[in-house]
Amino acid sequence: MKVAIIRFPGSNCDRDVYHALELAGANPDYVWWNQRDISSFDAVVIPGGFSYGDYLRAGAIAAITPVIEGIKETVKEKKPVLGICNGAQILAEIGMVPGVFTNNSNAKFICKWTDLRVKTTRTPFTSMYNKNELIKMPIAHAEGRYYNDEMEKLQDQDQIVLAFAGENPNGSLEAVTGVCDEDGLVCAVMPHPERASENILGSDDGLKFFKGIVNY
Amino acid sequence: MKFNAEVKISLKKGMLNPEAATIERALALLKYDVENTDTIKIIKFSLEGENTDIIRREVDEMCQRLLCNPVIHNYEIGISPED
Repeated sequence: MKVAIIRFPGSNCDRDVYHALELAGANPDYVWWNQRDISSFDAVVIPGGFSYGDYLRAGAIAAITPVIEGIKETVKEKKPVLGICNGAQILAEIGMVPGVFTNNSNAKFICKWTDLRVKTTRTPFTSMYNKNELIKMPIAHAEGRYYNDEMEKLQDQDQIVLAFAGENPNGSLEAVTGVCDEDGLVCAVMPHPERASENILGSDDGLKFFKGIVNY
Repeated sequence: MKFNAEVKISLKKGMLNPEAATIERALALLKYDVENTDTIKIIKFSLEGENTDIIRREVDEMCQRLLCNPVIHNYEIGISPED
């Protein structure tokens, strides 16, 4: 399973994701923002960071780079795409997942472990969890408050992937912090599964996100 | 002909604006009692074009493709000929 890890100027979770993908048994490789053809890969992960300094809006500039065309092709070929943190913001900016991740309600950067509930198991990334399973993964963002003016549609179409189970630290609508597209193949999550991929990090609850890619 | 363009980007009505809320609380610390605080982003640039209508259409396209996120933003475009 060849997995592309997309790198933009300012990406900073790329190596962590590489490590987690290797732990899960995948064969990862880095791809830069200016590569249009990524058809040789079986899946894509857009890692976290601060692409283009978060200028304009988090993810807005990355959303118009050439590699995005390649990512859209990837989805057309029914291959899975996961965006983590800044990667999630980018997927929302392109409109590949519904809604937007915007400034936290307390106007602060929040970096902490959170309790989360897996809301759907129909995405490749959550296929190895149980529905409503409680897991622990960290968040680290200033623009993670999920907003969407069509929340009912999101629920009806089973597009909510993760929700905060305890405190809702960033003020997300209905505590949602992970969503997917209608097919469940494109998934955007604000918490960092790669930072919870080994017990030595405090939890390995996130590893199944990457194992799910290998199993797909 | 050269034109100056100004795009004013604001949050849609009812959207939470944490920056504005923080500013309002800070003003309260200084004993200024204000309400309805808002922040607006202004992006300015100049560009060549035939007339105001064509420029306005082009800038509107820029807003939809990059400058704004239609889920949360409203925008106003101002165009004026460069002196």
